[in-house]
Amino acid sequence: MSQDKQQEQSSNWSMVGKDPWTMPLDEIDLSHPGIWHSGEYLPFLERLRRDDPVHYCPRSAVGPYWSVMKYQDIMTVDTSPQIYSSQPTVGIVDTFEEFTLPMFIAMDPPKHDEQRKAVQPVVAPANLQRMEGLIRERVCKILDGLPLHEEFDWVEKVSIELTTQMLATLFDFPFEDRYKLTYWSDVATAIPGGGVVDSQEQRWEAIQECLACFTRLWNERVNSEPGNDLVSMLAHGEATRNMPPMEYLGNVILLIVGGNDTTRNSISGGVLALNENPAEYEKLRANPGLIPNMVSEIIRWQTPLAYMRRTALVDTELAGKQIKAGDKVVMWYASGNRDEEAIDRANEFLIDRPRARQHLSFGFGLHRCMGNRLAEMQLRIVWEEIMQRFEKVEVVGEPQRVYSSFVKGYSKLPVKLRPLA
Amino acid sequence: MVTIQFIEHDGTEHRVEVEPGGTVMQAAVINAVPGIDADCGGACSCATCHVYVDPEWQERVGAVNPTEDAMLSLSADRKENSRLSCQIPVTEALDGLVVRTPEFQY
Ligand code: HEM
Ligand code: FES
Repeated sequence: MSQDKQQEQSSNWSMVGKDPWTMPLDEIDLSHPGIWHSGEYLPFLERLRRDDPVHYCPRSAVGPYWSVMKYQDIMTVDTSPQIYSSQPTVGIVDTFEEFTLPMFIAMDPPKHDEQRKAVQPVVAPANLQRMEGLIRERVCKILDGLPLHEEFDWVEKVSIELTTQMLATLFDFPFEDRYKLTYWSDVATAIPGGGVVDSQEQRWEAIQECLACFTRLWNERVNSEPGNDLVSMLAHGEATRNMPPMEYLGNVILLIVGGNDTTRNSISGGVLALNENPAEYEKLRANPGLIPNMVSEIIRWQTPLAYMRRTALVDTELAGKQIKAGDKVVMWYASGNRDEEAIDRANEFLIDRPRARQHLSFGFGLHRCMGNRLAEMQLRIVWEEIMQRFEKVEVVGEPQRVYSSFVKGYSKLPVKLRPLA
Repeated sequence: MVTIQFIEHDGTEHRVEVEPGGTVMQAAVINAVPGIDADCGGACSCATCHVYVDPEWQERVGAVNPTEDAMLSLSADRKENSRLSCQIPVTEALDGLVVRTPEFQY
């Protein structure tokens, strides 16, 4: 079945408005974007954690699949790559070979390890430290340019702008052209017909344009002194300088996609969470030293990627269920992060919670998020600078959620700024 | 009781005393030694409990296990005496152990 077809058909299968506690278990289909878009997903996750923590969905627009709901079971799957493979893809929809770029997020060892090791140094903390000043400067400039006392969209003016600038910094990408990065990120993950591109061919064209651009940058940098940006590091790196073009592009796109929506939605999600929990906002004002801890809590609370998928390589058993070789297995981080058996008061947003770093949002094991320190650093800087300027970033209208069961985030968040007295 | 000494990147020393039975990671966390994050809680799946074992202690502490080896290779700061501290059980034989924490955890 084509992806366009899958999307069209799926509109009939939404669970929006249904009662999570009484509907038949085998009709629960978390892959449908409906409940994520409407913000109704939490009780469905809770129902499955309680009644069927390793759940089989026999029919869905994307075919049958398993849902793993509890923290410990997710941990088991995430740390057993020899049973649960990241190939061919980590999204729930199978991709088409001819339209797929090689990316190590969707590779198993040993290929995964080689590629990741080659790219890793660019986001190693020591390198990040060198970028912190520039990122902070750019954050300050954005915040200082915001209107006071009047309504605007935080997603557009802050979250998107900031993440885009950060990506440009990371690649030392021509600053004026930085919006292309966001566009390519959207294209790379787009389902044709979903609004960004109309067909696979159109998608492929945009990707070719991206390749041409990054090839130009490569050629520029390979002939100059090694720098701290990602392109230069790849062009000069021992393990990467002879990389085939498509592999280079795959890595570039992986970094763009990995760092784009996730960070953006954590920036928006933090504002919303603090508004919904005024006592926590109060704690923050009283003690800005809580920011690093709060950043981890925001990332847990938001869970910017609701799941990652694996494919069983062999017949296996998980929590008493028989999983067959070839089955799709989906780890719902968004559920594991709310599992009361693993996390104390998991359904409360507490910026001073102990062991805040112990959440699933970055995954665990060999594929654990490579950009986790970068994401944390950005959020830390944003909140440090917000607290220097504003008494409150006040949410003044309904947030709009993204239509996706994978990317968990906001397309709109109306706010007003109250400056410090 | 077993004494373990943690030395931070900048030279700050922390001496802790623990009962045998736990891991070196737990010894650090329980005593709030900075520089050990232990994001996965000891499941050998985050590599944020990285330490460098003092050369004099390397033999008694033992070698990395295969899962640990794979996780450690994700770290840019891996050295020949790197270990994940959640994979080192605290035993009487390790009384006096000295480990150093890296400047950054992965
Ligand atoms: C709050 C922000 C972020 C969240 C929640 C997040 C989440 C994740 C998750 C869950 C994975 C695991 C994939 C798997 O197990 O299959 C992952 C992998 C990855 N992330 Fe992130 N990410 C974030 C920010 C970033 C940033 C800023 C970058 C860019 C530098 C990035 C780059 C990557 C890469 C390259 C991988 C692949 C790692 C591998 O397969 O070994 N991420 N991310
Ligand atoms: S605590 Fe995660 S690897 Fe040791």
